[in-house]
Amino acid sequence: MNDFRSAVEGQRPYLLRFAALQLRDRHAAEDAVQETLLAALAAEASFAGRSNLRTWLTGILKHKIIDAIRRAGSETAREVAVGSDADFDALFDQTGHWAEMPVWKNPDASLEQSQFFKTLEECLERLPAKTARAFMLREHLGFETDEICKELAVTPTHCWVLLYRARMALRTCLDVNWFGK
Amino acid sequence: MRKRYSMMLSCQQASHMVSRGFDRGLGLGERISLRFHLAICDRCASFKKQLAFLRRAVRRLGSGA
Repeated sequence: MNDFRSAVEGQRPYLLRFAALQLRDRHAAEDAVQETLLAALAAEASFAGRSNLRTWLTGILKHKIIDAIRRAGSETAREVAVGSDADFDALFDQTGHWAEMPVWKNPDASLEQSQFFKTLEECLERLPAKTARAFMLREHLGFETDEICKELAVTPTHCWVLLYRARMALRTCLDVNWFGK
Repeated sequence: MRKRYSMMLSCQQASHMVSRGFDRGLGLGERISLRFHLAICDRCASFKKQLAFLRRAVRRLGSGA
């Protein structure tokens, strides 16, 4: 194995974790990562001069993940949505006001800590699959809402509901498991 | 059941609108009543900051941190 090949191969566990987080399907994640590594090895010349191998590979992987979500689109459409907004009722009092709202002090300092991202990944893993996909398409891959509706075959209203649930669940999860500690 | 819509939003209604605002999903009337609510409600203002932070954090996922 040459140096480039072994460096690329060394990123496999990280990429696999990243893909699994978004696809929620071990086989689909492995396929996407395999395609990414093959594409990377074939494109060694285009990496030359770039500083961060992981960032470059993640960029390729994002395209493979989008392809995989498209392929799985028809199955996603049949998936029954679980959970409801009632899950979040406990966060509000009877008049619809926040029961409590902790202030996160200097949250951006957390962005320098790898442990924070580990916690964030754990929180993402707890989301229902379709909710997680909608959220990652929007916030990580930067899709517009109408594109997400199309990819996931849901109505705009349902799309907003999925994004709302994801945000509510994640902020609560971060509050309990990171900022509250 | 559809909740009654009025100028005075509850935080629960406002939380949906804050979220939708991150996806360019608000009409003009909604933007105005939400802005009014956020001006007088510290908790919803904090909630909005948390969602903005969440967006920054998730964008950085996978960038090598």
